[in-house]
Amino acid sequence: MLVSILISVGFLLACGLVLAGLLVLAEKKILNYGTCHVDVNAGRKVLDVEGGSSLLSSLAEQNIFIPSACGGRGSCAYCKLKVQEGGGMVGPVEEPYLSPEERQDHVRLACQVKVRRDLKIEIPDELFSVSRFRAKLLHKKPLTHDIVELRLQLLEPDSISFEAGQYVQLESAEYKGRESVMRGYSISSVPSDNQHLELIIRRVPDGICTTWVFDHLKEGAEVLFSGPYGFFHLSDTQAPIICIAGGSGMAPIWAIVRDMKEKGIARPTTYFFGALTQRDLFFLDEFRKLEQECPWFKFVPALSKEPADSGWTGERGLITDVVSRHFPDTSKHEAYLCGSPGMIDASVAVLTKNGMPEANVFYDKFA
Amino acid sequence: MTPLADMGFLSSFLLIFVSAAFTDNILMARFLGMCSCLGVSKKVDTSLGLGLAVMFVTAATAALNYLVYQYLLVPLHLEYLRLIVFIVVIAAFTQLVEMIIERVSEKLYNSLGIFLPLITVNCAILGISLFMLNKPYSFLQAFAFGLGGGFGWFLAIALIGGIREKINEAALPKGLAGPGITLVVIGIMALAFVGFSGMIKI
Repeated sequence: MLVSILISVGFLLACGLVLAGLLVLAEKKILNYGTCHVDVNAGRKVLDVEGGSSLLSSLAEQNIFIPSACGGRGSCAYCKLKVQEGGGMVGPVEEPYLSPEERQDHVRLACQVKVRRDLKIEIPDELFSVSRFRAKLLHKKPLTHDIVELRLQLLEPDSISFEAGQYVQLESAEYKGRESVMRGYSISSVPSDNQHLELIIRRVPDGICTTWVFDHLKEGAEVLFSGPYGFFHLSDTQAPIICIAGGSGMAPIWAIVRDMKEKGIARPTTYFFGALTQRDLFFLDEFRKLEQECPWFKFVPALSKEPADSGWTGERGLITDVVSRHFPDTSKHEAYLCGSPGMIDASVAVLTKNGMPEANVFYDKFA
Repeated sequence: MTPLADMGFLSSFLLIFVSAAFTDNILMARFLGMCSCLGVSKKVDTSLGLGLAVMFVTAATAALNYLVYQYLLVPLHLEYLRLIVFIVVIAAFTQLVEMIIERVSEKLYNSLGIFLPLITVNCAILGISLFMLNKPYSFLQAFAFGLGGGFGWFLAIALIGGIREKINEAALPKGLAGPGITLVVIGIMALAFVGFSGMIKI
């Protein structure tokens, strides 16, 4: 009896060990691509990277940070770049994100391209100016029941140059078996305060990064992020502006409006802040103050789920209906949107229906 | 004496192949491997890719598991461990093949290789390895059984993929769209395959 138990356990053990050993050996022998050269922007920089991992992470190791909101899962399509040589075939994951023109231009998703041989790639020059920052968390202030504001003091490098509306990628630390991830958050502070950075973050239930921010990140701790990224910023026209953002989507708008004030840009601006109920509102006093100081600025908070018998005297209803009521004709306006894909799609639909050319709508989608 | 032993080599090989593919279709008659089939059969090309991958892996692992069973488990009197050993062998084999394909041909990897992790723990593959032990097969006959079973699965998912591609264009009632109509389709197809049963007895 004992012998048969020993034999079976020993056999299973041996079986597992042999197969695992075989796989480890195979991975070393078969998937060893050696060192590959990555030529960036026709010789501007040539990197030696260890083959076998994704182009996105290989570049990040070499301090070139391609924007990516999903962390390399192939779902945000932010990490597009041109791979002129050596990228291999377009994989099934990236196919849906590439238009026929982009395919012709050899555009790929950096997270889906594996470095297997020497590569020639092209990236926008401004990505060279993206760097990785070390900062200290000065304070973490709750704004509502599920939104906090982080204020960071930059340590190294000790200042950052960005345009209001851009975003950074925060790196979460490992906790309780969850791996470190990078997630994009818009900067809510103004560019003139270049030694500090503020972010507004809403808790995503079970989100790896936001759970870390809410439950594990302590004031005084060190924080890593890279940036600035993104093309969401004020255009240099004179068109009147409509901003629509709810929840933590307020961040880039808060930065842009205050930046306009500092720079003396007095384009007529209306900011529609959509929320569910009164407990989801924040920065009301700050915006009211801004409204008094700047005659060109108007702040319209609107609640969609506020009980009818509450004391709320402001706007009610879906944010898109409220916008439509205020601006039945949007043909002369520009719009700046930030929020969930659903809210953005709905807003774009209303704005274009009221006459706005689609080229005048600028937005940042955060899934 | 089994009827198979009386036949010539080729005819027994063919008979086993056909019976595994049609009368005993692993997807339609035994309803194994349904999860990956439902997940991937939205388009014909992905269906074909997954189907081919499954066919290749079932054939190879049936042969491999036959050897493991006959020359390791039987002599050691550990037949009762076949379930767990087969799972490990299949998992290791698919991983290994994925690595090799990735290295050898990117084209093959993109069309076939990405499905291999999906079928690492596919019950159809394990099912074929286990069912083949119920019959007194020789090594080549076991291989034919694996190949036939895999081909049957390939055939079924290719058909389902084709039907789903057409059905997606139709105006379906909301509650029926997606998995609902797919299961109805599979049910009707299964009826057709059940019609084969009893035609070949081995």
